[in-house]
Parts: sequence; structure tokens; C-alpha cells
Amino acid sequence: MGKYIVKRLLWLIPILLGITFLSFAVIHLAGGDAAQQMAENSGIALSQEALEAQREALGLDRPFLVQYLDWLGGFLTGDLGTSYVSGQDVFSTFVSKLPATLLLAVTSVALTVVISVPLGILAAVRQNRFADYLIRMVSFVGNSLPNFFVALVLMYLFAIRFQVFPVISAGTGWKSLALPALTLAIAMSAKYLRQIRAAVLEELGKDYVTGARARGIPFSVTLWKSVLRCCLSTILTLLSLSIGNLLGGTAIVESIFMWDGVGKMAVDAINMRDYPVIQAYVVWMAVIYVAVNLITDISYRLWDPRIRLGGDAR
Amino acid sequence: MRKTGTADRKKKKWDGIRIRLWIFGGLALLLVLAAFFAEAICPYDPYAQDLSMALRAPDMLHPFGTDRFGRDMLSRVIAGARTSIFSALALVAVITVTGTVLGVICGYFGGLADAVMMRISDICLAFPGLVAAMGIAAVLGGGIQNAVIALAVVSWPKYARLARSQTLAVREEPYVAAARLAGSGPGQIIIRHILPNIAGNILVTAMLDVGTMMMEIAALSFLGLGAQTPTAEWGSMMSDGRSMLQTYPWVVLTPGLAIFVSVAVFNLLGDTLRDYLDPRRLHKRNEM
Repeated sequence: MGKYIVKRLLWLIPILLGITFLSFAVIHLAGGDAAQQMAENSGIALSQEALEAQREALGLDRPFLVQYLDWLGGFLTGDLGTSYVSGQDVFSTFVSKLPATLLLAVTSVALTVVISVPLGILAAVRQNRFADYLIRMVSFVGNSLPNFFVALVLMYLFAIRFQVFPVISAGTGWKSLALPALTLAIAMSAKYLRQIRAAVLEELGKDYVTGARARGIPFSVTLWKSVLRCCLSTILTLLSLSIGNLLGGTAIVESIFMWDGVGKMAVDAINMRDYPVIQAYVVWMAVIYVAVNLITDISYRLWDPRIRLGGDAR
Repeated sequence: MRKTGTADRKKKKWDGIRIRLWIFGGLALLLVLAAFFAEAICPYDPYAQDLSMALRAPDMLHPFGTDRFGRDMLSRVIAGARTSIFSALALVAVITVTGTVLGVICGYFGGLADAVMMRISDICLAFPGLVAAMGIAAVLGGGIQNAVIALAVVSWPKYARLARSQTLAVREEPYVAAARLAGSGPGQIIIRHILPNIAGNILVTAMLDVGTMMMEIAALSFLGLGAQTPTAEWGSMMSDGRSMLQTYPWVVLTPGLAIFVSVAVFNLLGDTLRDYLDPRRLHKRNEM
């Protein structure tokens, strides 16, 4: 197990280098010229010489790889430059907005689990009965709705028609959190329900379930004590994989509900062509995604005795 | 007696899937045709502004109402079908072909190229899809082509990995060895023996992706990174009408419903195709 963790941590190094390199390269190659952008954003017409001087001051005349290594050094020490628009430090702005996004993400994951796990189990247990069909239909509909549409419909119903929740988030109270989190949870639950149903069904088809029934063990005991425990690692893996979609989804939902997190910050930055902010967002979201996947992988291996005791078989 | 009963039941279930395949295939074809002949079907010019008709609620003249420039929403939704459906289909075609070609070559030949390609795909997969697509689209600037390019860059590795793992499995089959002994070259083996055997799985993945990609393109457009105004596209139409949700909800809801219906049709087709091509189908059906 220890060997596995070390291997995974070492594998992080090339992945992180790749992530940072790609994020840097894409913005660098196409994103153009920081000196010009800053000049344009500040509205001052600079002469060619002044631009050159500015470039030199910013180190933009150096070779690409040197600039990358310099930027990487900054990334590691929490210095990602300053925003072209606000002139503020990018990293500290990102850090100050991250908790709001994490709160939204964690709440929506919790909501997803609360919605989809019981319903997924119910659908599997009542396979091909009314409840199963109903749950599958709802999940199908949810799967075919883009989250920005769900967001707007929820906004229309609960904020405009019934006025239960605010249209625009004010602070981070639960009332402001409810609609954005629900939007994200609906999209995830729809996908998730099907997978949980399939995982539970597969487990229910195994011989030990029949064996337990033959020995007169009540079905509920088999379900809760054995079947669910076996499904848990599948459920966890699927959940960690959906974090990628969730992180993309927060950007859209945050900008619809004006939730003041990093997603809204990124969308605003994109509209203003504020490249350092976009770069910081992309690279940090990738790092968070990789970290979440790593933690889930390791934690379910620690938790699952089949893998824990079986050594490094997988 | 019993034997014929089982056989009958098998046959009937099988027909059920085939019927579904025809229905959903037909509906999907209908959507594609509607997108193709959008200009001919539109009751009005989707770009003609008439401010005297602005923001009219749905009625007989304008079944979906009009937007703030007095443009007929039904016509715009139909015109948007062309942008949304064709760009999603083009995107899926590009990533399927690119990913499959790369994956099959890597899987068949292995070696350094394979190792390098898989590491590149590992790094691409380390980015959350939509986040990376947002970054790339931001760099490329607006426009539906750029949104498609951005999504293609982040989505091909899935197909490369699928095609590679399938190729690795098929490569060891006796018929491939037999073909090699009979003197077939790698090109011939890949085209005659490997591709036909992995096509089913890749086709199902691609069909199931059409709906997803349609939603992601619409999402990028919604964020202002895809189709630009005045191009009729469902995502950007919804973004455009966002501020009018309270008073003129049809401006937002009709393109939204259009996305929902088309995504649903393609998802249903994908699901059915998966069931249809599932080798365990008969076996599974009997268990139910």
C-alpha cells in the first residue's frame, strides 16, 4: 500500500509539469502580449519603444522555456502575476474566492449523494417496477438538460414566481447557496442515479446474495451490510470522476447566480481577456481535480479490505 | 413447448429493441434534416428585425413568441438547430476519427510513440474538460468553430484510450495471428480485422457523446465563448435572453427546450444502440 501511494505521488510530478506547461504554453502562444494588453486595458497609447521597454521589464523578450520556468517558479511560490484589469495580485484574488466555490461544490456533492444514493438503490431493488421506471425517467430527463437551462428554470420558478430564494446571491448564506447547489446537484444526480442503480444491480446478481437468501438472512440485512459495502468503492470512484464536470459546471452556475467564486471570476476574466486570471484558474482547477482523484483513489484503497489486504495487486 | 416459448420471447424482445432503434434513429434523422433544410422550414427570416413586433408572447403568428428585436423565435430556434446540431456532429466526428486512428495505431504498434501518446492523453485528461475548453476558447476568441476546436482538444483522449484498449484486446485474437500468417500487412490487418471489431463500441460512445457535446457547445456559447451574436445558436440565444427571464420567459425557455429535445433524442438513440450492440443482450433480457 505504501508503495502504491509513493508511486502515485511520484506520478504527480510529470502530470503537474504537463498541466503547468500546457496552461502556460496555450496562453503564451495565443494569448499574446501582456505589455500590449496592459497598455490597452489602461487606455494609454504607448509608443513602440515604450512597449519594448515594458516587454523587457516584464521579461517577455526572453526565450519561451526561460519564461515558463520563471512562471513555474512563481506558480510554486504563489505568485501568478497581476490581473490586467484590476491590477491586483492574481493568486491572492484566487485564494480569496476559492472558499465560496468549494462551499458550492461540497454542498452540491452532498446534495447529490443524498438524492442519488437512496433513489439509485430503490431503483435497483425495485427493478422494472413503477418506482424504477419513474426514477429512470427522471434521471434521463436530468441527463438531457444542460445545467445553465436548469439554473434558469429554477431561477424562474423559485426566485421569480414563488420568490423563495434570491435571484442574485447575496453573500454566502444558505438561501443564496440553495439554487446554485441544487442546479449542480440535479445534473450530477441524474448521471449518478443510473450508475448507482447499475452497480447495485450487478452486486445483487452475485452468488453470495442468493446464498444469503438461501440461509434465511433477511434481504435488508444483505442489502445494507454486504451489497452496499461492496458498491461503495464504485460509487466513490464515479463521484471523484464527476468532480471534473462539477468544476466546469460551477463556472456556469456561479456566473448565472452571481455567486462570487473562482468560476465567476474566470468567466469575467474571459470576457475581459484577462489572461493571467484565466491561466491561474485553469491551472489551479486542474491541480484540484488531480488532487481530488488522487485522494479518492488512495482512500478507497485504504478502506476496501479486498485491495488493502491483497497488497498492490491493482 | 417450453423451448419454443423462450425462443418466442427472445425474438419479441429483440424486435422491441429494433423498433426503438428505428424510432429514435428516425427522430434523430428528422432533426438532422430539419437542421439541414432550416432555411426552407423557417416561417420567417431568423435575422429580420422588426422592433414593432418586439417581445410578443407566443400566439398564432409567432408560436414561440418574438425576441427583443422582434425576430421570430420559432425561426431562430430552427436556424439554431443548424448551428447546434451540425457543430456537435462535426465535433463528435472529428474526435472519434482522430482518437480512433491514434488509438488503434498506438495499440497495434506500441513502442515509444504509444508511450508518448498515452502520456499526452494522461495530461489532457488531468484537466477538467469544460474548464480546459473555456481556457482554450478564451485564447482562440469567440466563434463556434473555436468552441468546437476547444472541445475537440479536450475530448479526443477518451477515444484514443478506448480504441487503444480495444485494439490491445483484439490484437491477441487468433484471427489476427491467422491473418498475419497468411501474409497480411499491418495496414490490412488494422482495416480488415481490427477496425470492424472495435467499431461497435466506439460508435456507441460517439452516439452517446453527441448529446453531451451539444450541451457543452451550448454552454460555451452561453458563456460568450461560442457562437457570437447575431448567429442563431441555442446557447447564445439563452444567454441573450437571460435578463428578460422574469418578464419574457419564452425568449429563454424555447431555445432551452430545443436543446433538451435534441439532446434527449440523441441520448435515446445512443442508449438504444448500446443495447442493440450489447453481446450479452439476449442473456440479460432473459434474466429480467
